Amino acid sequence: MTHPIKITPPLTDKDVEKLKAGDKILITGVLYTARDAAHKRLIELLDKGEKLPFDIKGQLIYYVGPTPAKPGQVIGSAGPTTSGRMDVYTPKLLELGLKGTIGKGQRSAEVVEAMKKHKAVYFAAVGGAAALIAKTIKKAEIIAYEDLGPEAIRRLEVVDFPAIVVNDIFGNDLCKMGVERYKKVE
Amino acid sequence: MRKISTLDITSKVKELCIRAACELGMDVVFALKEFKGREESPLGKEVLDQILENAQIALREDAPMCQDTGIAVFFVEMGRDAIIDGGLEDAINEGVRQGYKEGYLRKSVCHPLTRKNTGDNTPAIIHTRIVEGDRLKITIAPKGAGSENMSRLAMLKPSQGLQGIKDFIINTVKEAGGNPCPPIILGIGIGGNFEKSALLAKEALLRNIGTPNPDRELDVIEKELLEKINNLGIGPMGFGGRTTALAVHIKTAPCHIASLPVAVNIQCHAARHKEVLV
Repeated sequence: MTHPIKITPPLTDKDVEKLKAGDKILITGVLYTARDAAHKRLIELLDKGEKLPFDIKGQLIYYVGPTPAKPGQVIGSAGPTTSGRMDVYTPKLLELGLKGTIGKGQRSAEVVEAMKKHKAVYFAAVGGAAALIAKTIKKAEIIAYEDLGPEAIRRLEVVDFPAIVVNDIFGNDLCKMGVERYKKVE
Repeated sequence: MRKISTLDITSKVKELCIRAACELGMDVVFALKEFKGREESPLGKEVLDQILENAQIALREDAPMCQDTGIAVFFVEMGRDAIIDGGLEDAINEGVRQGYKEGYLRKSVCHPLTRKNTGDNTPAIIHTRIVEGDRLKITIAPKGAGSENMSRLAMLKPSQGLQGIKDFIINTVKEAGGNPCPPIILGIGIGGNFEKSALLAKEALLRNIGTPNPDRELDVIEKELLEKINNLGIGPMGFGGRTTALAVHIKTAPCHIASLPVAVNIQCHAARHKEVLV
């Protein structure tokens, strides 16, 4: 087994160039959460020419809507949601310097192209491993859209958050490579 | 007539909601372990390990195994010799309200157009049947959207027959890829009409993994489909591998001479269902 690569956002073009589809990654540092409703609001802000609630340059967005924290907990269970639902919003954020997104499932051709163009990667975390992933989240703070509840934008501080590179900036796709390797033609 | 109190229903439903979110069925755990032993992809094996470890943490710490604690779906069998001292659906919804609050489960139900969250995960989706006896059996099957969104229904032409059904099922799994969190379980409803096929598909998911289909012909078709699906190479989380589905479960019902409805309800590996007798 190859050793995981450790990364800490904000990421530069140089950091992202080193990551290849299939690489195992451990992220330490800050992640911002956003999913459907928050993305819609972020894009509306941009359309009005207003500023985003956080500086997106070099950052990573984690697609997650956690369960409520129990007393004494930092956050509830917090696994990735399906990334494809954010595809319509993602290219615009990549254009502004977002360096990566974390979710599960595949991305659209448009997002893959935009990642190549703006040098960004797409990571997957294991869907459904929500109690396990929550253990890597050491701090969570709502920074925007509290009214959205689980969909509010949170600033997370993580230590060794496990992810895997699905799409790199060279156009490689772990899911396509995996299917090619393991499919059995009858 | 046996009397059943709505308070009793509510408290049992509350507990069902919490237990379903935190305790993965042993049938799923066994299947995950068995498939892990046969998985050829090292990364696939690691993913299955993470899923199994996650299930242990969830059980030990009363933590939801998945943050998507779902829309609460209920199958209720109401004995005809029992009488409830109030509204059945109200009692169930109150149980959902309490369970999702007290269990710290995510409230994932919203208005379809305004997208405003109802705030308490109600209303639940409740399917009720009247049966013999004086008992009330309540089964909860909370369903996350990742897998539900990849489910499909087709009104095939009768001429497409069994081959058309198989092609539709395989294509549905192929198109879903890694989105529904494979390894998945497939609930298939064949026949009935438009809505009946969907309901059959969901009911098929309630059968425990490893329990053969009582219909031997369907059992053969299930096994053949499972092999074909696992030959697609999608693998755990879509990263490539031999474990795409843990089981295929089929239910059928007679249909119109001009129709052949087929519903494919995809279930993620967090296959949650629990039942209780009131």
